[in-house]
Amino acid sequence: MAAVTLLETRAVAKHFGGLAAVDAVDFRLNEGEIRAIIGPNGAGKTTLVSLISGRLAPSSGSITFEGEDITRLKSYQRVGRGIVYTFQVTSIYRNLSCYENVALAAQRSLARGLVGSLFGSERAVAERVEAAIHRVNLTDRLDLPAGELAYGHQRLLEVAMGLALDPKLLILDEPTQGLSQGETVSFCALIRELAKSATILLIEHNMSVVLELAERITVMDRGAIIAEGAPDEIERNSAVQRAYLGTGDAEA
Amino acid sequence: MTAGKTGRIIVLHLAVIAALFAAQYFLPAYHHGNVARILVLASFAVGYNLLLGYTGLLSLGHAMFFAAGMYGAGLPLYYFDIGVIPAFGLGLLASLALAFCFGLLALRTSGVAFLIVTLMFAQAFFLATLYFNEITLGDQGFVLSEQARTLNLGGVGFSFADPTVKYNAALLLFACCMLGCLALVRSPIGRVWMAIRENEPRTRMLGYDSYRYKLLALVLSGVMSGAAGAGYALLFAYVGSTFASIQYSIFALLWALLGGVGTVLGPLVGAGLMFYLVDIAGDFTSSYLLVVGVVLVVLILWYPKGLLGSLRERWLPWLP
Repeated sequence: MAAVTLLETRAVAKHFGGLAAVDAVDFRLNEGEIRAIIGPNGAGKTTLVSLISGRLAPSSGSITFEGEDITRLKSYQRVGRGIVYTFQVTSIYRNLSCYENVALAAQRSLARGLVGSLFGSERAVAERVEAAIHRVNLTDRLDLPAGELAYGHQRLLEVAMGLALDPKLLILDEPTQGLSQGETVSFCALIRELAKSATILLIEHNMSVVLELAERITVMDRGAIIAEGAPDEIERNSAVQRAYLGTGDAEA
Repeated sequence: MTAGKTGRIIVLHLAVIAALFAAQYFLPAYHHGNVARILVLASFAVGYNLLLGYTGLLSLGHAMFFAAGMYGAGLPLYYFDIGVIPAFGLGLLASLALAFCFGLLALRTSGVAFLIVTLMFAQAFFLATLYFNEITLGDQGFVLSEQARTLNLGGVGFSFADPTVKYNAALLLFACCMLGCLALVRSPIGRVWMAIRENEPRTRMLGYDSYRYKLLALVLSGVMSGAAGAGYALLFAYVGSTFASIQYSIFALLWALLGGVGTVLGPLVGAGLMFYLVDIAGDFTSSYLLVVGVVLVVLILWYPKGLLGSLRERWLPWLP
């Protein structure tokens, strides 16, 4: 079966002053896969997914999603297309209840625009919230203020917010950062489950998570993609070893 | 899950309106007039609170919307005697147009810059009311005749100079603003406003065009303030540039702060309390604003979320 391209960037670049955080990157993502992006700190991973999600506007290059050019679309418009980003630093509404947090996402994906949101049905929102919360197993904390959740649960809430948006592409920026070993294991199971309904793009430092989840791995260093392939290819790749270890090729 | 809560909220707010309605039969004439005035000022504060309390935008220029409603209704009535209802409609229209045009520009900024922009625009508006004093009669203002302020409904005349008509018209205005505010903040739009207040960048990443939601909040807040201004002109007969001055923008802020920012009933509590604070302090000393200032400092120290805000935090978490 031929893979369908979901997302493609062509020569996309982002400069901050003289620094090319992302430098002419061609990146392609197929529908239904779990892809991990790895690389040392400052490699441009978060910048790249920010360009994809629309948090940052590219300095040059183009981005297509489902065959359509989305380069000029604002972040909130891209959410409407199905591109959902969950933050690296947990970003929830701490003073609002878990229900309200997820309801904001559910309401967005059910209603079209500002006028539509006036006539949306609260029951449909509630059903979607309960479904999303159930998938991340937080049902018993629905009415708790989000700020009172344990850290691991806050990350799950963030994922539930992403889910309630009914994403086609779910971008997870270091989702397991700060989680305990046990929480990480169940988080991996959750991501595998999510991958049945959405394409997953994952930025992750924890290599055991990456090797367990990702079908393909993209390696970035200094704003460019230096390798891409299945997990075992990447493990053997000398350019990757150089980027990570600073030395390490056979000829040296 | 929320059915019981919704019932309780609706009962509470209807009970407040019913109590205010019943109060007119018990209040002495002096307080009767005061409460009518407080209800109109509280409508202004409800409009202000929609923006500050629920959307998180701090404005120091709301006197301009109040005054736009006031002049929008008062000038045509004064010069052309167009009737009470068309005048009120023009007042609403004037504040709506002003809020919309102002919002398009001002909402390009946020935070402190937004505050300054509101202040500047309101100051320009205030100075304009003085500059065109051949029309507006400047800070001296003008008084609407009783004849111009009489509403004809099917041959029966209701004069707003009559205390009973005045009180009930003020109550009707306040009830509309308060219930409108309640309905809005409990609607999906209110949910997005509060999300913007809590974390705007996150709300954009949930797919909301926050600019449009803020513009809507500003326009509705401006129209409510304008309705209060138009109501004030009709009920209390006086239109003057004082109401466009910064003092009235600050009043709106204080009423909301005192009663509880982000509570539906807080503006009423705040406006009422402030009004009587000034009134009572004025009996004892000419430096009554000093007394008011001290009381405000004390209240903010012990109840930083305002009276109803603190009440909600400690005992009534369901209060909208």
